[in-house]
Amino acid sequence: MADQNAFAREAMQYAPQLYSTALRMTHNAQDAEDLVQETYLRAYRAFAGFEEGTNLRAWLFRIMTNAYINMYRKKQRQVKEEEYGEIEDLFLYRRLRWFDTDAVADSAESEMLALFPEDAVRDALDELPEEYRVPVLLADVQGFSYKEIAEMLDIKMGTVMSRLHRGRTRLQLALYDHAKARGIVRESSDNLETP
Amino acid sequence: MADCNETLAEIWRFFDDQLSDAARADIESHLGECTDCLQAFDFYAELKTVVAKSVRDDTIPESLRIKIFECFGDVLAEDDDPELTSGS
Repeated sequence: MADQNAFAREAMQYAPQLYSTALRMTHNAQDAEDLVQETYLRAYRAFAGFEEGTNLRAWLFRIMTNAYINMYRKKQRQVKEEEYGEIEDLFLYRRLRWFDTDAVADSAESEMLALFPEDAVRDALDELPEEYRVPVLLADVQGFSYKEIAEMLDIKMGTVMSRLHRGRTRLQLALYDHAKARGIVRESSDNLETP
Repeated sequence: MADCNETLAEIWRFFDDQLSDAARADIESHLGECTDCLQAFDFYAELKTVVAKSVRDDTIPESLRIKIFECFGDVLAEDDDPELTSGS
């Protein structure tokens, strides 16, 4: 890209996506602002190294995930999977379809939103351990491919897949718990958990 | 053609676009005939949309917009500063 101003303008359009992702990464509005600001600072400084034809959006997200890892990643407790055991792929669906077939059968978006309002989904995402939350944000919210996520997080594609799998199943568990806590799912529909 | 178990086992690879064209076509033909599996796929497609929408936001705080512009100005100034550029 020849023109630094054009580059800045083009990069600016991704600020809302970066910021909303940063909010869920840091859980804190001030930290999210700092992270996005740092991302743009690094991006502008790296302008000379940006090659025409590179996906600017993926490039910016890569800078941000790197900055996040440098700036905020605390010494993380290794997630012990045995604490949760294996959660099946279709955990939520298999539980919900028995208790209220109307809500699931007619899975129009409004029905899904009634079951899982935005704040409940955000809470469930926030509860995920970071190593699962970030891949889920990048894949399911931002739509990046396994390959792009592997490059952003500097991990293997297989690791992306397994973290996504764990993140998605644990997200389902958290959503189910939220729905139960709000009384949307009746306890009696729990019968599948203890067969 | 894939059966129900094979189809449901591929649900995330299907959504993540990780299947070969042949495998994808196989899943799609199963979904065309099996309402149970189609219902499960629809459920997760909707859930994915709900998750994405819960995070997406088209706005940023004005304070951040200003900071980003300031960053750009600062970097342009660094570029113009011979002492800074000569070292790099």
